[in-house]
Amino acid sequence: MTGRAHRFGDNVNTDYIISGKYKFKTLDMNELAKHVMEDLDPEFYNKVREGDFIVAGRNFGCGSSREQAPLAIKHARIGAVIARSFARIFYRNAINKGLPVVECDTSQIDDGDELEVDLGRGVVRDLTKGIEISAKPLPPVMLKILSDGGLVEHFKKYGTFNL
Amino acid sequence: MGKTGKTIAEKILSSHSGQDAYANDLVVARVDFVMGQDGTSPLAIKAFNEMNGQRVFDDSKIALVIDHSAPSPNEGVSNLHRMMREFASLHNVKLYDIGEGVCHQLMPERGHVVPGDLVVGADSHTCTYGALGAFSTGVGSTDLAAAMISGHLWFKVPETIKFICHGRLPKGVYSKDLILYLIGQVTADGATYMAAEYTGEAISELSVESRFTISNMAIEMGAKAGLMNVDEKVIRWVRTHSNREPKPVCADEDANYARVLEYDVSDLLPQVSRPHSVDNVAPITEVAGIKIDQAVIGTCTNGRLEDLRVAAGILRGRKIHPRVRLIVAPASKRVYLEAIREGILQDLIEAGAAVVTPGCGPCVGTHNGVPADGETVISTANRNFKGRMGNNKAQIYLASPATVAASSLCGEIADPREFV
Ligand code: SF4
Repeated sequence: MTGRAHRFGDNVNTDYIISGKYKFKTLDMNELAKHVMEDLDPEFYNKVREGDFIVAGRNFGCGSSREQAPLAIKHARIGAVIARSFARIFYRNAINKGLPVVECDTSQIDDGDELEVDLGRGVVRDLTKGIEISAKPLPPVMLKILSDGGLVEHFKKYGTFNL
Repeated sequence: MGKTGKTIAEKILSSHSGQDAYANDLVVARVDFVMGQDGTSPLAIKAFNEMNGQRVFDDSKIALVIDHSAPSPNEGVSNLHRMMREFASLHNVKLYDIGEGVCHQLMPERGHVVPGDLVVGADSHTCTYGALGAFSTGVGSTDLAAAMISGHLWFKVPETIKFICHGRLPKGVYSKDLILYLIGQVTADGATYMAAEYTGEAISELSVESRFTISNMAIEMGAKAGLMNVDEKVIRWVRTHSNREPKPVCADEDANYARVLEYDVSDLLPQVSRPHSVDNVAPITEVAGIKIDQAVIGTCTNGRLEDLRVAAGILRGRKIHPRVRLIVAPASKRVYLEAIREGILQDLIEAGAAVVTPGCGPCVGTHNGVPADGETVISTANRNFKGRMGNNKAQIYLASPATVAASSLCGEIADPREFV
């Protein structure tokens, strides 16, 4: 996957990802996607090109358990979220919904950098800077769920947990 | 080398998975109760159907709660509420409809949670029931659907960070002040992926209601659970709220902790979280005098009878500042009725409060009091993120019910100790 970095800071919470005032209204994720990150950057949705990355600091996705957060990001055509660390529920939800999340040192990545992400090998290459950053591997349970295409597909296949 | 003792989290996740589990182990565990609310259940129902879910694992162990936007403010929400009602009736699971209260008040109050339970809820503040010695944690909608079908969920057994709180809280200082202080100390991600255990004299002194406030906010330090040891007070509380048998769990003396932090709370001042993050905490002395436009008493953090009683104690026979709107949202119908019987609501209403339907109230910006541009709100809720109450141009401060009540009288953030 290659795309541009959209840079955010630490503690990007689920209210910023998708505000509560929208998420209660609809299950139409394409509609919600238009409001992704709106409180931090009103132009975000219009700036994103398919396959771009959200790059953030620590504790990305903290706050509520709303699954609308990873879903809306996915529907905003973001290829993966790359962060120094993730909040637990967001991380789980992203895997369950098939949104790739990459945990690595993001301190050298700037807004607009061209990135290449290799999920299989767990590396992020910053093509603008010419550096390679290695990512923390996904726990086996999560790899299994992600490789099945998310938790819905996993349950469709096995009818229950088969981890 | 013999194995060490276990934390509360390790014990509960062991007993529910049949594995001798320690921190960082992955387990698939049986859940005792599963809960969803109206912001998360519709997506869970969708996932349930996509997973070809035919029936729920046990219809007596699931509840859906309509509390976040209740009564419905628009047709979009109404249709999602209808989806929940239809699912509940089709699968014969308990539905708490509008006006019953906030999910995290209802789960313990209606006896769905007892000590030793493993509970999942599609709401991040599910950690609230840790005060009863239950391992309860928030999950997303797809996890909720998986749990409704299978009665199981996978967990990474968390490491635990232990908070020992010595001393007694001074007059006018409450459990809300204590948890805000602790969050300020460890910051918003200080306990990410971990469970928190809160112990010490300052905790045992607290009523069970006050303890819920602390466990409720464990997630604001990133923790997946906010656990407390079970004592006599908890057992008594649970016996009056549930028919189920408690299975008390306490941490072993020789359990392993990621960190142990000790505090003496005897001189703690009332605490306030400043915009726009919960860990941006200051003692009251640094924020007193900031003008406010709206005050909110309620939510799953501080909408219990005890909280309304404290507020009424300050507001009785007085009038709130003419510039201020005071919104009160009782945490449940039972709290509402009891507050009527005790005369608390009359006192609050006469002082100038607007009482709204039991439920989440204006906490998450869906209805019931969205602030205007540039306005300042002081609230007993648990989050003050930018835009949280529906307007990203508003400022939200978080405090105890006493501080919010005192501030509504003064028209500015005020020290409650002068009023109690
Ligand atoms: S009261 Fe607020 S924090 Fe609690 S469940 Fe409702 S929206 Fe969430």
